[in-house]
Amino acid sequence: MKKQGSDSNPAPVLPALPEPLKDLKIKYTKIFINNEWHDSISGKKFEVFNPANEEKICEVEEGDKADIDKAVKAARKAFELGSPWRTMDASERGRLLNKLADLVERDRLILATMEAIDGGKLFSTAYLMDLGACIKTLRYCAGWADKIHGRTVPMDGNFFTYTRHEPIGVCGQIIPWNFPLVMFIWKIAPALCCGNTVVVKPAEQTPLTALYMGSLIKEAGFPPGVVNIVPGFGPTAGAAISHHMDIDKVAFTGSTEVGKLIKEAAGKSNLKRVTLELGGKSPNIIFADADLDTAVEFAHIGLFYHQGQCCVAGSRIFVEEPIYDEFVRRSVERAKKYTLGNPLLPSVQQGPQIDKEQFQKILELIESGKKEGAKLECGGGPWGDKGYFIQPTVFSNVTDDMRIAKEEIFGPVQQIMKFKTTDEVIKRANNTTYGLAAAVFTKDIDKALTFAAALQAGTVWVNCYSAISAQCPFGGFKMSGNGREL
Amino acid sequence: PIPLPLLSLQIFINNEWHESTSGKKFPTYNPSTLEKICDIEEGDKPDVDNAVEAAKAAFQRGSPWRQMDALSRGRLLHKLADLLERDRVILATLETMDTGKPFLQAYFIDLEGCIKTLRYYAGWADKIQGRTIPVDENFVCFTRHEPMGVCGAITPWNFPLLMLVWKMAPALCCGNTLVIKPAEQTPLTALYIGSLIKEVGFPPGVVNIVPGYGPTAGAAISTHHSIDKIAFTGSTKVGKLIKEAASKSNLKRVTLELGGKNPCIVCADADLDLAVECAHQGVFFNQGQCCTAASRVFVEEQIYPEFVKRSVEYAKKRFVGDPFDARTEQGPQIDQKQFDKILELIESGKKEGAKLECGGLAIEDRGLFIKPTVFSEVTDNMRIAKEEIFGPVQPIMKFKSIEEVIRRANSTEYGLTAAVFTKNLDRALTLASALQSGTVWINCYNALYAQAPFGGFKMSGNGRELGEYALAEYTEVKTVTIKLSQKSP
Repeated sequence: MKKQGSDSNPAPVLPALPEPLKDLKIKYTKIFINNEWHDSISGKKFEVFNPANEEKICEVEEGDKADIDKAVKAARKAFELGSPWRTMDASERGRLLNKLADLVERDRLILATMEAIDGGKLFSTAYLMDLGACIKTLRYCAGWADKIHGRTVPMDGNFFTYTRHEPIGVCGQIIPWNFPLVMFIWKIAPALCCGNTVVVKPAEQTPLTALYMGSLIKEAGFPPGVVNIVPGFGPTAGAAISHHMDIDKVAFTGSTEVGKLIKEAAGKSNLKRVTLELGGKSPNIIFADADLDTAVEFAHIGLFYHQGQCCVAGSRIFVEEPIYDEFVRRSVERAKKYTLGNPLLPSVQQGPQIDKEQFQKILELIESGKKEGAKLECGGGPWGDKGYFIQPTVFSNVTDDMRIAKEEIFGPVQQIMKFKTTDEVIKRANNTTYGLAAAVFTKDIDKALTFAAALQAGTVWVNCYSAISAQCPFGGFKMSGNGREL
Repeated sequence: PIPLPLLSLQIFINNEWHESTSGKKFPTYNPSTLEKICDIEEGDKPDVDNAVEAAKAAFQRGSPWRQMDALSRGRLLHKLADLLERDRVILATLETMDTGKPFLQAYFIDLEGCIKTLRYYAGWADKIQGRTIPVDENFVCFTRHEPMGVCGAITPWNFPLLMLVWKMAPALCCGNTLVIKPAEQTPLTALYIGSLIKEVGFPPGVVNIVPGYGPTAGAAISTHHSIDKIAFTGSTKVGKLIKEAASKSNLKRVTLELGGKNPCIVCADADLDLAVECAHQGVFFNQGQCCTAASRVFVEEQIYPEFVKRSVEYAKKRFVGDPFDARTEQGPQIDQKQFDKILELIESGKKEGAKLECGGLAIEDRGLFIKPTVFSEVTDNMRIAKEEIFGPVQPIMKFKSIEEVIRRANSTEYGLTAAVFTKNLDRALTLASALQSGTVWINCYNALYAQAPFGGFKMSGNGRELGEYALAEYTEVKTVTIKLSQKSP
């Protein structure tokens, strides 16, 4: 399952896949502030579960407002003028990020195993894709550290003017559970590269790899207080961040619903800068002249990757009428060939959904599809008697007013609809408050570039899906987000 | 001493070591002991042709180097930096043996600059971005910043490894392939780098190194019809020949880092100790053999006698000796030719009426060591005030007003660097704007970093090395314009 682009690069990129670690010990379960491990001020802990078997993995210290305050104090101190971090050469910041990448490479197996167990993610995907992306993003941002350029500006009058691109300050970063480690790196790498200090709150479902990174950050030699990690819940620790009067910027990846709350809180508190990566209902448009096999495969992976739990999931597939039936047939065939089970096993192709709440929401939306008249082609219900598994599900004859065509499902449920003309499909594709990604499959250059211009999406893929790389900016139009990452 | 088997002594093409086509070799000497270090294969036109063939093949569409992800190019540059760090002592020792520069300077300054420059450009590799451009009517327009192709690099003997890395790093970062001719006086570290290039895993043909002489191997490069770009660091005189040859052959793109006669302006309100020290290091560093040498020191009248007095004290204290001695600040000049030229210019100073404050002659009967020399009461028409000396000779002149010193500082065909010592903000920034130099240092000297562009105004050069600006010298811009059936907003 290739997430990054297609076969334009013959140079071997993927390492050989080892076996996941047996008996992985979870060493880091406390709050990370000033390069030290702290208990929660309240004394409370919370449980972390393995979604494949619903068993408890361990307990983690539960951070709340008081712990966030403590972390912010540490981050603020580390950001003071004259501090080791502020006086460090920019190139040295880059060296530290590269060192961190080296350590992630060294501990790749540990992190991948941990991510698979905590997040229900396929081990093979975690090792090859997630960890690969983490390492590359760290190295990419490491290279930028000493290239944050300002400009000199020829002003009128007898003035000499130049700009400085200074770090914002203390950045609060709230990380989701679908790509815990990758999203953690997408946030800390550019923040640290530019000289900021951070307070990170990983998702309560998946705090383990973030905490492990705390140990690597200390080992790499980042000064104390530059990175602080406070596990906890959204309404408590998360809200403490978005409302904090001494945090200069908040970056959040998660649902559009929560994103709005965060931006509101930022406005009400201290006008902190906000970047948001939110949900999507991304259109994937397949023309009759497309290479059908390629389109089917990309549309499939584009939806089912990581159990459908991707903000870029291509969850509205518009197929040009003449090839509609054949496309549906091939997509169903592709969706049926799945082995579900323990994500650590190499033979398994689909793992569990992250938790009970998501599991129930997805099943509810599947029911709505059946009720509202979509044709259930395969799947349509849960799988197994333990863990949050859902069968790969395909709906055809979907119409735009159905809930499954409008709401983000975040599960292994593929919607296939029909279209006749270019103008019609552009209108329908854009008819959403989301705007994260989109794709078009066609051999016609005119169509491809017309769609590239016309689609209201932060990323438009042509004849591919999910091609994401550290070098390319990523982010949403409209309510899929504010600002860009990478 | 380095055991000779460790030295690479042949021509490096396609990651392999070759003998010269002619069978000829040439010697390289240690300027400190005047002893021959070893013989090197002497490359000439046929060897350059072979190297260019290899570089061209490595640049073909579909080759491993062209297909490689930009990020991977960056990783290779980082790995090369790692190997330089690993072999830092070896390289610093070779550089000292070959150039006579003090070992501690080779280790802490030259090698440091090399490692940092490699890592800086490693980071740029996957950020060579084009632009999308809103053009009129119904077109989609974007630019690609493509590698130029086969780049020839001719490097000097004063900072052999550092000048090589200044060219190699941005060239490789942008995806080019290289044919390098190191100076005949100092080929050893360049050839050692060949072995590291191979160890790191650069594909064969990406970097090729052909030691040899200027009029033969160097000219073969500047006139070659299959070399797309040439970068040269050396004298203005040779720089002009190269640009001429480039034009006459195939209009290859040219960047040049040439000589300088750099003004160092000390105002009365300067921190005097700082100014004296910086001016001193600025002219005497690397035995005076720097294109950035502060070889015209302009001192404001009021503080002139004191400045001269302190500069002479500094010059007298300068420890000249064996480059491997930790106390040594100054080693020998690079060769007899330079040595003779410097002494000739010193004589001209004495003849034309400058006041010799100290030094003024060679140190021993044998050897290429010259005493640190200070001239005061220098006037602008003297040869020592106009010609690049490239030796340990500091001419100090007097000035009255800012307008005057600006005019005098700019009155040269050179324009590489300049320095200003003052506490006054207005004066500093006025001079920074007025001086016709590629770099202006304020209250410092020789502050050179991979991030900041470096190059000359006027006849001190064409183009810039270092910083983001170097990328423009190693890429060719392609504009792609696509017609649409309708106008897209």
